[in-house]
Amino acid sequence: MNKIIELKNISKSFDGEMVLNNINLDIYDNEFLTLLGPSGCGKTTTLRIIGGFETADVGDVVFMGERINDLPPHKRHVNTIFQRYALFPHLNVFENVAFPLREQRVNKNEIKERVTEMLKMVALTGFEKRSVTSLSGGQQQRVAIARALISRPKVLLLDEPLAALDLKLRKDMQQELKNIQKAMGITFIFVTHDQEEALSMSDTVVVMSEGQIQQIGTPIDIYNEPKNAFVADFIGESNILDGVMLQDYRVSFSGHEFECVDAGFGLREPVDVVVRPEDVDIVPEEKGMLRGEVTSVTFLGVHYEIIVDINGFKWMIQTTDYEEVGAHIGLYIEPEAIHIMKKSEYSGMFGDYSSFSMELDELSDAESELGE
Amino acid sequence: MKNNKPNRGLALMQRLALAPYSVWSVLFIVVPLLFIAYYAFTDSAFHFTTDNITRFFTATSEVADGDGVKLVRTYLVIFWRSLRLAVISTLICLVLGYPFAYLISRAKPKTQGILITLIMIPMWMNFLIRTYAWMTILQDTGILNGLLGLVHLGRVHIIGTESAVVIGMVYDYFPYMILPIYSVMTKMDVRLIEAAHDLGCSGAGVLRRVIWPLSLPGVISGITMVLIPSISTFYISQKLGNGKFYLIGDAIESQYVANNLHFAAAIAFILMVILLISMAFMQRAANKRASV
Repeated sequence: MNKIIELKNISKSFDGEMVLNNINLDIYDNEFLTLLGPSGCGKTTTLRIIGGFETADVGDVVFMGERINDLPPHKRHVNTIFQRYALFPHLNVFENVAFPLREQRVNKNEIKERVTEMLKMVALTGFEKRSVTSLSGGQQQRVAIARALISRPKVLLLDEPLAALDLKLRKDMQQELKNIQKAMGITFIFVTHDQEEALSMSDTVVVMSEGQIQQIGTPIDIYNEPKNAFVADFIGESNILDGVMLQDYRVSFSGHEFECVDAGFGLREPVDVVVRPEDVDIVPEEKGMLRGEVTSVTFLGVHYEIIVDINGFKWMIQTTDYEEVGAHIGLYIEPEAIHIMKKSEYSGMFGDYSSFSMELDELSDAESELGE
Repeated sequence: MKNNKPNRGLALMQRLALAPYSVWSVLFIVVPLLFIAYYAFTDSAFHFTTDNITRFFTATSEVADGDGVKLVRTYLVIFWRSLRLAVISTLICLVLGYPFAYLISRAKPKTQGILITLIMIPMWMNFLIRTYAWMTILQDTGILNGLLGLVHLGRVHIIGTESAVVIGMVYDYFPYMILPIYSVMTKMDVRLIEAAHDLGCSGAGVLRRVIWPLSLPGVISGITMVLIPSISTFYISQKLGNGKFYLIGDAIESQYVANNLHFAAAIAFILMVILLISMAFMQRAANKRASV
């Protein structure tokens, strides 16, 4: 695969506050790459630097082998779909989509042909004369896609494009965007704070926090092999525990020794241990590797979310079996379900569900008081 | 049914709240307009007549033309002159004001506040004083010529020319052009400008294809707010034009001073009708553009 964009040592500050700190990222041809992180992590700024709307203080942006730091947006073969779409309110649907072609002085017949074809692709045939302000959110989204793709850019930048849509429409658009990306064979760089969206759409996920890249990988890598507590917590739910690596393939946490599949750590090295809530099996108390008391149960449709107190640490467990609050249960964890991470600046900040259960505790306390 | 009563109460409250404004507009807008029309279409004995109106279109006077004299239609010439000077002033205000308004709208909020205040400060001074100030600047022995003399650029004779009148009008009405354009531009979504850049527009392209069409409502109200007062202005031309450029406002004033109330009302009435018609045309043109 060919590199299409390279970000090299990019740093950027606004008013003395560092928003990007030494970003290095290679983006490949035909790749669906997602910049994922909480608000303020620098993902949108990264996108705007690629689009040419911001300039990096330090570092280079390279496009197909050429440094483009100082190239203005209109000269880059990169188009953007903006948050809330930024459609031109004074132009109708046809003219919005035709906008880039008119600038390139494409002849009238070709404009008509290409716009018609593009509107067909986004299922907006017949909407040509409509005012963009009269369209629904989903339709505006489609106009924005058509407008951004009509001049056949090499790379499409998408800045949280689905954030304004309701859940069902968002799911549909996710699929549609993915299809369009495959059909057109161009690179998509997608910015979102929604981890589910990132996992379901991307070839590559770039997890960002505090202006730095935390991890780059496929969705499966990112989920199964998070590099640190931040990634483990941000992507999906995780129980993150303090552990000690006893030797290769053996780790101790929660007062118990476990077999695991990770190796290469120092002897007795303190580590962060990740156990995903869906990877924990509930067994009778006497058969469990760990034992604890159920403190809350939430029904979520497909499964129950159970909070279990084990030696003061609150675990989250997702299970299809119902357990009563107050029940004493045992936990069984397979070696494959245990993921070991090096300690990082994020250790100890995430992965404990005590705050989560505390509210529920208070609620149940209130209930039992009423009962008395 | 239950809702009916409070609704009716609310509607009544609203009507009551609006009452002072309705009374105000009837008393101070509608009634005076009716008076103008009444005076315009009556003679001094208050009998109906169209003489005042026809006088505007037919009255003639003699003006020097080379060696001889020529007969011209007095008020049509005056009206045409007023229109011409007002249009020139409005265009100058637009050409100067538009980029200025744009630059202000792109400045930091604090700078914007300072600049807008600076633009408005002259409006707090009486306009007679402003006009006198321009007299002292533009006089043959005034400040401007003093400065030009200092840098050995020779003198210019401006006072008493049309240019002086136009300068006075532009100065007086400039804020009315800037403010509406500026207020439209500050509300413009920056992302639209970024989107236009992104889609291949250079700076000029963005201006022509996005900023200009979106700022058109501001431009139209700016034009209206400059054109209308400048077409009926009277004092500026007397002071800065040395009375040589008799404008329609001057005509109304002198008829009024001479106690020809009926003819003064007729001129005012005709001017108003012409302005209303042209404003309607402009609004229609703007709406048409907006809907394309």
